Amino acid sequence: MTGYGSKQTMVQSEDETALVRQLVAGDEAAFAELVTRYHASMVRMARSFVPTDAAAEDVAQEAWLAVVRGVERFECRSTVKTWLFRILINRAKTRGVRESRCAPFSSFSAGDGRSVHPDRFFAEGHLNGGHWSIAPQSWRSAPELRAESCETRECLKAALESLPSAQQAVLRMRDVLGFTAADVCAALNVSEANQRVLLHRGRSRMRAVLETILLETAEAS
Amino acid sequence: MTKPEPLCCVEFVELVTDWLEGALTAFERTLVDDHLAACEACTTYLDQMRQTISMLATLADDDPAAILIDRLLIAFGELHRRRHDD
Repeated sequence: MTGYGSKQTMVQSEDETALVRQLVAGDEAAFAELVTRYHASMVRMARSFVPTDAAAEDVAQEAWLAVVRGVERFECRSTVKTWLFRILINRAKTRGVRESRCAPFSSFSAGDGRSVHPDRFFAEGHLNGGHWSIAPQSWRSAPELRAESCETRECLKAALESLPSAQQAVLRMRDVLGFTAADVCAALNVSEANQRVLLHRGRSRMRAVLETILLETAEAS
Repeated sequence: MTKPEPLCCVEFVELVTDWLEGALTAFERTLVDDHLAACEACTTYLDQMRQTISMLATLADDDPAAILIDRLLIAFGELHRRRHDD
């Protein structure tokens, strides 16, 4: 399987346009290739909208069937990948709303939009109003943050899965899967500004989670 | 002309994503850069944010989910035949 983990640029590849042409022509090998490349990412992506891994797997499989049925309507305006994920996300959203996992996607307001707990800053009116009262500590020497650390990874995954659907979806597409902002807007049908807000909130939550992990680990030692 | 208000930290943390995305105006960028130059805590925060993003990227390396590809291939074959039998 080609190494899909790395952040490759999302340039429309000749190879994938050819794959779609072959798909339309009924070429099973082309279909198998596309599935092999994207299925795992699509399952992870679906997880933003549905409550279990099993449901995410179902959604991804349904999406592939929708892909096959709709392949002749694929217009080369978007990349193959954006098109695939758009289909996937539509399926996932429908299923998610049905399972009450996510509110209708239009509800972006997430209450208090602060990235960091206000207690971390001196209050307005204080001499140092607006500045850190409990400053962030450098993570550079923290062994717990090594990517290989299983426990950190599991915490990261769980934290990602706990994000509201919209934030989770944007984070998965942008930071996990390496889609561009434009890809995300097209696949999720959101404006660039909205995409940024979601990205900001999601990333802020994840940073806070990591900070908590490190603090707890430091305290335990 | 009065000097513009410098950023404080609580404002900076809300601008960090826009800054990374290149979505700030030139003026806003200057405010942020000036603040970073003067504030070690926020420089650390930015670094944490960057590390958070890097760690998210590592989640893409998970083992692929088991694919019931045979079932999909059968469905694919059927759909194609049906479409072209009309």
